[in-house]
Amino acid sequence: MVDAQPLLQLVDVSKRYGGVRALEGAQFACAPGRIHALLGENGAGKSTLIKIMAGVVQPDAGRILLDGQERRFAHPQDAVSAGIACIFQELSLMPELSVADNICITNPPRHFGGLLIDRQAQRRIAEAALARAGAEDIHPLAPVGSLSLSRRQMVEIAKALARSPKILILDEATSALTAADVERVQALLRRLRGEGMAIVYISHRMKEIAALADDCSVFRNGRHVATFPAGSRSDAQTVEMMIGRDIAHAFPPKPDAPASTAGDAPPALDVRSLSWNDRLHDIDLQLRPGEIVGLGGLDGQGQREFFLALFGVLRGVSGELRLSGRPVSVKSPRRAKASRIGIALVPEDRKTDGLMLPMSVRDNLSFAAMERLSRAGVVSRARESQAVAEMVRKLSIKAPALDEPVGQLSGGNQQKVVIAKWLMNAPRIVLLNDPTRGIDVGTKQEIYSLLRQLAQEGAAVLLYSTDYAELIGCCDRVAVFYDGRIVRWLAGEALTEHALVSSALNLGATATAETMEEPA
Amino acid sequence: MTGKQRTATDWLPDWRYRLHEQRGTWMAVAMFVLIFVLYIAKHPSGLTVPVLTTAANKGVLLAVVAMAQTLPVLTSGIDLSVGMVFVLANCLASHLVVGSSLQAAFGVVVVLAVGALCGFINGAIIVWGRLQPIITTLATGTIYFGLALGLRPVPGGDVHAGLADALTGALPGGVPAMVLVLVVVILLVWVPYRRSALGRAALAIGSAEGAAYMSGVDIGRTKLLTYTLAGLLAAIGGLLLTFVTYSGEASSAIGGVYTLNSIAAVVIGGTSLAGGAGSAIGSVFGALVLRTIGDLLFVFDLEPLWQPLFQGLILLAAVSLGAVQLLKVSNRLELFK
Repeated sequence: MVDAQPLLQLVDVSKRYGGVRALEGAQFACAPGRIHALLGENGAGKSTLIKIMAGVVQPDAGRILLDGQERRFAHPQDAVSAGIACIFQELSLMPELSVADNICITNPPRHFGGLLIDRQAQRRIAEAALARAGAEDIHPLAPVGSLSLSRRQMVEIAKALARSPKILILDEATSALTAADVERVQALLRRLRGEGMAIVYISHRMKEIAALADDCSVFRNGRHVATFPAGSRSDAQTVEMMIGRDIAHAFPPKPDAPASTAGDAPPALDVRSLSWNDRLHDIDLQLRPGEIVGLGGLDGQGQREFFLALFGVLRGVSGELRLSGRPVSVKSPRRAKASRIGIALVPEDRKTDGLMLPMSVRDNLSFAAMERLSRAGVVSRARESQAVAEMVRKLSIKAPALDEPVGQLSGGNQQKVVIAKWLMNAPRIVLLNDPTRGIDVGTKQEIYSLLRQLAQEGAAVLLYSTDYAELIGCCDRVAVFYDGRIVRWLAGEALTEHALVSSALNLGATATAETMEEPA
Repeated sequence: MTGKQRTATDWLPDWRYRLHEQRGTWMAVAMFVLIFVLYIAKHPSGLTVPVLTTAANKGVLLAVVAMAQTLPVLTSGIDLSVGMVFVLANCLASHLVVGSSLQAAFGVVVVLAVGALCGFINGAIIVWGRLQPIITTLATGTIYFGLALGLRPVPGGDVHAGLADALTGALPGGVPAMVLVLVVVILLVWVPYRRSALGRAALAIGSAEGAAYMSGVDIGRTKLLTYTLAGLLAAIGGLLLTFVTYSGEASSAIGGVYTLNSIAAVVIGGTSLAGGAGSAIGSVFGALVLRTIGDLLFVFDLEPLWQPLFQGLILLAAVSLGAVQLLKVSNRLELFK
């Protein structure tokens, strides 16, 4: 129950990023000596909520009350000095600095009249914090950059503890941890709760929430849906609350008979036991021409790395890759796009990896197809203009002038330019990493139709999306990723939002992925 | 928690971590010792006090300017105005550090204050004006040179002879006084900086500025103080130049060469231009390496024409050592970050 006096309270908090509503009149309160779980899909507003609590972003409207007093956190420092420590999903560690330097970065111990850092004292603080977090194996003098991801995560936890916070916020803090560390962190959190700390816990692992939380709050589309004592709702009910009723998208019709008739022909893309470092494990995937296959799962389960591996960006990828039955090895994006292979990748971040923002729309469109448009190394202006004009028409790209910098277009039109750039190369396999993120509904639907049209023209499409409705509406089949593996295939009637969410959380699956020992 | 349940095998001894952290510095020290021993061995008069003193007087000037450059570079910035502040301080000192001892002492204080002010202006533009360090300091450096030219349109001026002779001579025992000056500067400026929360914050900014911000580090104040200290160090260098030359000269060639060599010295000294790791001690030895290479070719009777080529090769070799770890990167996208 939440009838204890709340320590930190957010009242009617709203936040917009440009035109996108991240939080709308949200409520949240946490009490000392309790663990409060935050639940919600990707983009439900959880991250924005904790960023407001940590002083990283300022709300457009609403109040923050600490011990009943209204407060304003203009900088992370303000929140830190108010006793709020946050462990973010993206780590806040400095890789070149040592573990002890990182742990004591905010307020190092000093001597000689506060002038110099007391390195002995700092080391003792770091050792104590690491011991408290149950990570005594980490040397305080080791540079953080030399540690594995799970060790870094433990340093992050120790860093938060060293500030002796009153409120501890953990945003997916256990997602990179080994099973043994998760146990240790859970024991630690229970002990801290006993000491009267207020803990806010975000995890996509329902089992952890069931094991730890006292209270649960569900968020959806930036709104607070419900707060209830943990254990009072079933997993199914909770998932239902997280999904809610969404606005219907208009998707182009899927072909009645999935391209299974082409069963004898070799698949356009045939991936066998693809692995990379400790991020991708034994991925098998067949993609037939004319098919749109979706990649599902929570963000950061290896989907991005899978695309990068196929596109030749990663080094040391093991496994077998066949295109239309031919074994190939893709060593670089340059090879990947060559007509012999014909893979295109629409990357996750169009502003950094997809476009050269200050360059013109025309230049951006013709980059990938430069070889096709030139003769003896000289770009044929006539062919370029013709091809560019055709793409602008085909995708109805709205650009005031083709010589203007592409950075001046709207997000949706920028994304169209990225897609068009690759279509000019006539690829046989199109990989799209969340292509509709941050794009208006109208453009989204144009992109859906375009993907279906590409498939009908014989291309094979792989689509990763954080929007489950999109996966259901667009894809013939969906592979759900969890922890660098495909844990489930969904198709036809079985492809429902409920099935996607529960397999993304790996509910019901055996705990194999979680008991995996981290490679030394 | 007992805190003693760790397995001894996982832990390397402390000195291994410290050595790893300081490997760039030690590499520069080793390089310097090697080249200097070679230089002395081939020198016609060998290891004598005058030879050492001359070498120190030349080397310490660049060493101090290289220290100045190190501070912004650690925050992953750069200061292209260090050479010009160096020249401005030289011209100013040739006017002010004269007359009675009291007047000269006052002059020293003014010269150092002006240097610090130049650095503060750089920092203020970078922090509050949000301009990039490289272009900010290129512009302000030109302004500082313009001021120097106004102060000293033609080379000349004077300096307090007693002070100059004391600082450019040798101490009883044969140690060049300039070496002592360098040690004092390191102890008074670099050591407190490195060991204080300020220097720690600077390294944090160079390592990951976003993470530093999220950890509650005061980014603006740290950068402001860092550039101010860089200005102060460059002015110390300019003051020492005046004691060596007994005059002031507003030479854009000297300013430019010192700026570029300071960057080279920082890199040879093991500080990454990407920031976050390194040491001004390394830069000091990097500067001494650069200086000694020039003299080395002289004692080997090689044509001075070969000197730039040789310096370039040393720089390239030193930089390559730092890039070896990039060969291990397995996500090629990370190479471009």
